[in-house]
Amino acid sequence: MKIHEYQAKELFAKYKVPVPRGDIASTVEKARSVAEWLGSDKIVVKAQVHAGGRGAAGGVKIVGDPDAAAEVARNLLGKELVTYQTGGTAKKIRTVLVEEGIQIDREFYVSMITDRAAAMNAIMVSREGGMEIEKDAVDHPDRILIEHIHPVTGLMPFQQRKLAAVLGLTGNAAKSAMQIFANIVRLYTELDASLVEINPLVLTREGFLTALDGKINFDENALYRHEELMVLKDPYAMDPGEKIAEAFGLNYIRLDGTVGCMVNGAGLAMATMDIIKHYGGNPANFLDIGGSADADRVAKGFEIIVSDPNVKAIMINIFGGIVRCDRVARGIIDALNTVDVHIPVVVRLKGTNWEEAEKLLNESPLDFIVAHTLSEAAQKAVEAAETAGGAV
Amino acid sequence: MSIILNEKSRVVVQGITGKEGRFHTKLMLEYGTKVVSGVTPGKGGLSEQGIPVFDRVEEAVKQEGANVSILFVPPPFAADGIMEAADAGVEWIICVTEGIPVQDMIRVKTYLNDKKSRLIGPNCPGVISPGKSKAGIMPGFIHKEGSVGIISRSGTLTYEAVAQIVDEGLGQSTAVGIGGDPIIGTDYKDLLALFEKDAQTEVVLLIGEIGGTAEEEAGEWAKKHFTKPLAAFIAGQTAPPGKRMGHAGAIISGGKGKAADKMESLKESGIHVIENPAFMGKAIRDLLN
Repeated sequence: MKIHEYQAKELFAKYKVPVPRGDIASTVEKARSVAEWLGSDKIVVKAQVHAGGRGAAGGVKIVGDPDAAAEVARNLLGKELVTYQTGGTAKKIRTVLVEEGIQIDREFYVSMITDRAAAMNAIMVSREGGMEIEKDAVDHPDRILIEHIHPVTGLMPFQQRKLAAVLGLTGNAAKSAMQIFANIVRLYTELDASLVEINPLVLTREGFLTALDGKINFDENALYRHEELMVLKDPYAMDPGEKIAEAFGLNYIRLDGTVGCMVNGAGLAMATMDIIKHYGGNPANFLDIGGSADADRVAKGFEIIVSDPNVKAIMINIFGGIVRCDRVARGIIDALNTVDVHIPVVVRLKGTNWEEAEKLLNESPLDFIVAHTLSEAAQKAVEAAETAGGAV
Repeated sequence: MSIILNEKSRVVVQGITGKEGRFHTKLMLEYGTKVVSGVTPGKGGLSEQGIPVFDRVEEAVKQEGANVSILFVPPPFAADGIMEAADAGVEWIICVTEGIPVQDMIRVKTYLNDKKSRLIGPNCPGVISPGKSKAGIMPGFIHKEGSVGIISRSGTLTYEAVAQIVDEGLGQSTAVGIGGDPIIGTDYKDLLALFEKDAQTEVVLLIGEIGGTAEEEAGEWAKKHFTKPLAAFIAGQTAPPGKRMGHAGAIISGGKGKAADKMESLKESGIHVIENPAFMGKAIRDLLN
């Protein structure tokens, strides 16, 4: 689960990681009053959307007085932002964060993730903050340090000293950095985060450290034990199809192709997307309807897929194991009697009782394209999408 | 001989009185698995489908001689259940449970470090040695005994591969689902080492996914230590970065875990990389010929 920058900063403040003074605004008036309250001659107004690269896309502005801050808020609120991380889609700006500007001396990068191969959490710092962190890791390995956190010991003081040393910090700034590292580790483990990133962590001209930007992602599987975090989820940040899918326990991710896919199982769903591409098509989505593949789930699946106007044909690929194919076929027929689908549907069922399932589909008055093998299904679906005028 | 499971394996079901546990115990018994005991804290002394239920894994293991455990325990209690099975000295712990928090799995991995037990999963379909035994949720009857070893991070995609292999007139020695989570117990490498020593296994199919670097590491290991023919398919060639493809582990993040990089690395390790998932069975047949 992703949260907004301002929410991340609220959590930072709670965990004693310093952040600039500021507040959020969803109206122009509120933006002006926050700027007045800040009483600074350098004010930063930042669009709150779930994507990086906001600055380059015009979502972050620095101004000199409350009137100018209100003007920026007027321009941003309600507008749609497209950054290099939004995947071609626009994100509507509903909130801005209004903060006091900081006199920056130096910028650093700090992040925390779980290293899956090592089965440990790890904290990483870089002497250079900013956008080029991945490139920097390759070009200047000496400026970067990754410390693994042993689950028994936690982040030890000597590790904190190592991290501060890589940043070139001494004296009080080093002490403050060590506290920040320890607090980030505590936040990450206590709240079951999957990513904490401060980019940049800045050293101010006055010699203080502060988190100028922040990002936190949470482990969805652990949300059951963090009720306080669930309210941070922004329903507007989700695609409408993704919202329906979540409500019904399906896994849907919208992509930009024309062949909608409905599959049971995540691995098979990915393989189905791959084979569509292999035969020259483009998958419109990832959709895993889960193992049981009953009529309700199939019906929801259709609803979600057709909510994407780019979809020109649907490929259903279901492996009936313990749930027999004939039952799945009945589920598909029932679902199509309740959901309006006006595009070609290619069905491929494999596994237990597939013969009976194919017979049911062929005898149904509904217009299915029945396919027998995975490659046949993909080819037919791609062809159907092309014929229907989809630019694939 | 198969790996992990054979006709002699004695299985304890943790969470046997839950909906999933009960249902799959029935199917495992039908398949011929020797399910010898079950565990549900607070339900000790009861019996489920004729199988004695215990409060603690230790009792279930001692009294019925179980050497394999399968877990259908809900996510909040699964980490505890895995550690309990390890404490009881179970040889193989197979965890089907989906949705265990990553921080819990870090603790589990640390706990297992000095234990002799080995963990399969979590979030996996389990293990089947066709004709002998199954400890998992896979449909037993689509499998056939044979010479192909399978190691996979997926569920239904593995069944697809199994069906394709059977359509080619071949069968499986053992099919292992290692799980779709970021942190799992036993990895490709460990299982390749077991398949290398297994006389029944003549060829291995590795089914991978985007995310992490386990496939690349397996390839590098296999190049040095694995002498049998090896084929691999990687799902998620069309997956965009930053989007979680269902499995908690299937995500391209920080530029790592792309299917193309995995496929390239596996090819460099001399492994036959299957591009089209419709031809997994055919690729295995070709490798055997």
